[in-house]
Parts: sequence; structure tokens; C-alpha cells
Amino acid sequence: MRESIIMKIHYGTALAAVALVAVHILFRLTQNFAESLSYQSVIANYQFLPYAGLLEIILILLSIHGFNGLRVILLELKQGHSYEKAVSYGCIAAMVTVIAYGSRTIFMTSMGMF
Amino acid sequence: MALAPTLAEEKASSVISPGKIITLRILKFNPKIDEKKKFIEYQVPCEKWTTVLDTILDVKKHLDHSIAVRYSCRQATCGSCGMIINGRPRLACFTKINELDSSVITVEPMNNFPIIRDLVVGFDRLFKTHKKLKPYIISEDSETISTKEFLQTPQEVEKYIQFANCIKCGLCNSVCPTMATDSSFIGPQALAQAYRYVADTRDKGKDDRLKIIDDSHGIWRCHFAGSCSQVCPKGVDPAMGIQLLRGYMLGFRS
Ligand code: HEM
Ligand code: SF4
Ligand code: FES
Repeated sequence: MRESIIMKIHYGTALAAVALVAVHILFRLTQNFAESLSYQSVIANYQFLPYAGLLEIILILLSIHGFNGLRVILLELKQGHSYEKAVSYGCIAAMVTVIAYGSRTIFMTSMGMF
Repeated sequence: MALAPTLAEEKASSVISPGKIITLRILKFNPKIDEKKKFIEYQVPCEKWTTVLDTILDVKKHLDHSIAVRYSCRQATCGSCGMIINGRPRLACFTKINELDSSVITVEPMNNFPIIRDLVVGFDRLFKTHKKLKPYIISEDSETISTKEFLQTPQEVEKYIQFANCIKCGLCNSVCPTMATDSSFIGPQALAQAYRYVADTRDKGKDDRLKIIDDSHGIWRCHFAGSCSQVCPKGVDPAMGIQLLRGYMLGFRS
């Protein structure tokens, strides 16, 4: 992929995350901290589908953004053809793994499997 | 013999600046022979108008012929004499001892360039990246063979003329934090030159150049530290050139 497209995605995911994390924080402000983290409250939140969807989208956006950021840091740290290939594919693999594992938690909890 | 006192009086009426002695610390290092870099100190007289380059050449002439220093124009035009002077990259010929406000002047070769010897660094990478960005007007053959004039309005000239002042001294590249670790980064000097030609209404090479800088070690590796623009002795403002170029790539300009 062209670097400009990747960086447009990087900036886009950052902007979208600002908006969605703001909504996420507003939701959390409806309760006090301890209440918000109680077992029943966490499960209830996940089972409220629009909110679970919001968390899923934030997970995807920030994983894309964060792992691309990590790729950028690593590319600037050291150079070399095979190293750079390993960094690019490694970051994609790590990103997919984090999204998959996070999604599994979100899906299972919202389906009432916990 | 009435002549001498009159002449003497005339002389006394001109202002004579009080000269002073400063300590010049020069980094001596030959990577082919030396294991370690070392500073050698020299006491050098200087006047109000003495530049750092003057003092280095004074040392070279009278105290140590072996010092390696690159210079040519002595007027901030050729871009040869960039070095770190009291911790900041500057042109030695364009920096007066007076303005440094110190009686100890330390000169070192620029960072992010390989040292050839003492204050002289290798410019291969800068010239290579500069060349890669096609630093010339690209026009259609039909235009170059005719006797056509290439007229520009003052506003059109204004868009790029500041960037055309670059003297390839490399001071910007020497302070760029990305240049320090990314050996494939194009660098602020060449990126600013890419903007200089892209913004020129006579040029038709925009797409070519934008493609070259749209690389994993191209324009996106600038994180706007802005150090390049702080040290540029010609007011080029490479950091701004880079952001303006980004405008083309993000679709804010065409
Ligand atoms: C929602 C708020 C965020 C905004 C507005 C944001 C914005 C940005 C921007 C504009 C860059 C590019 C900087 C540059 O090129 O110099 C960047 C880089 C980066 N971001 Fe974020 N980001 C945010 C959240 C995050 C989070 C939560 C993470 C971690 C998961 C993260 C990880 C990174 C990394 C690793 C880089 C690369 C470092 C760099 O290029 O300087 N960011 N971010
Ligand atoms: S942009 Fe300025 S600092 Fe960089 S090479 Fe050109 S004149 Fe020197
Ligand atoms: S000697 Fe030419 S720029 Fe200093």
C-alpha cells in the first residue's frame, strides 16, 4: 500500500478515535468509578449492543492506529530490506491478533457467555 | 616636520575596536587513524568583525596546518562551511565571534553526516537525495525547443522563491531527529527542494516528485520537530515546505 494511504488511515483513525473515545467517556460519566467497574455493570454495558459496538469500533481503530504507529517507530529505528518486511508483516499480524482477541471478549460478553 | 602629528590625530579619530583573545576548541578526528575524538584548544585574537571561519583559518595558518575545514565563498553562499558552533549548527563564515557572547568557542563537525576529517563531513547522502528529487524544472519538449518565454506573476514567484534560496549547506539535515536514526530518510533539504519545484508554475514534474516522496522513508517520516527551520541560515523554512507538500498529498492543494 502507498505510504500516503496508510498515513491517511493513521490520521483518520486518530480523529475518529477522539470522537468515539469522547462518547465512551461520556457513557462512563453516568456512573461513579467503582460502580462503573462492578461486575454487573460491566456485563450490562457489554450486553447493551450499541455500546458494545462502540467498544468494538474503538478497538479496531486504535489497533490499526497503534500498530501502524509502532511500525513507523520501528522503521525509523533500523533499516534493511528483510527487517522492514518483518516489521510490516509483524505489525499486521500483531494488529490482527489484538483485534481478534479483543473482539472475542466483546462478542462473548455481549452474547451472555460470561 | 609638522606632518606627522596631523596624521596621527586623524588616525585617532577613527574608532578602534578593542581586540580580545578567545579560546577556540576544535574537534580533531581522522576516522582512518584515530580511535577517539579529541578537542584541541587554541588561543586566537579576534576583532569585532572576526567570524568563526576567520579564527579557524587563523589557527590553520599560524598554529596547526593539519586542521581540515571546508569553505569557499566566505559569504554564506556556497554552503561549504556548516559546522556545530557552541552546540548549534551554523555557517562558520556567517557567524561572528561577537554574536556568540562567549570567550570559549567550540567547533565540531555536523551531526548526521559521516566525518571525513576534523570539521569536514561527507555530503554524498545529501547530494544523492537532492538529485533523486529532480531539482530542475521539468517541462514538455515542445516548450524547451521553442523560443517561448516562461512568464510568471510576482505572486507565482512568491510561492517558491524562498525555497530557491537553499545553498545545500546541510544544516537542516544535521539537526533533523529522523535523519539521526533513519538512514533511508530523504531529509528536510531534499523535501524542501521537492516543494520548490512542485510549486513552480513552469514545472510539470509534480506527479513524479510526489511519487518519489510517497515512500516508507519519504515525507511521512517528518514528525514536525521543526529544528530544520530553526537552523537554516537562508530562511528557507524547510519544515513549512514539507507541510505544504503534505497538503498536495492529503488533497488540500492541487
Ligand atoms: C485518540 C487520540 C489520538 C490521536 C489524536 C493520535 C494522533 C496521532 C498522530 C497525529 C500521530 C502521527 C504523529 C507523527 O507522525 O508525528 C500519531 C502517532 C502514533 N500514535 Fe497516536 N493518536 C491517538 C491515540 C493513540 C493511542 C491510544 C495509541 C496507542 C495504542 C497511539 C499510538 C501511536 C503511535 C505508536 C504513533 C507513532 C509514533 C509517532 O509517529 O510519533 N496513538 N498519533
Ligand atoms: S534548507 Fe537551509 S539549512 Fe537546509 S540545506 Fe538549504 S540552506 Fe541549508
Ligand atoms: S564559506 Fe561559503 S557558505 Fe561559508
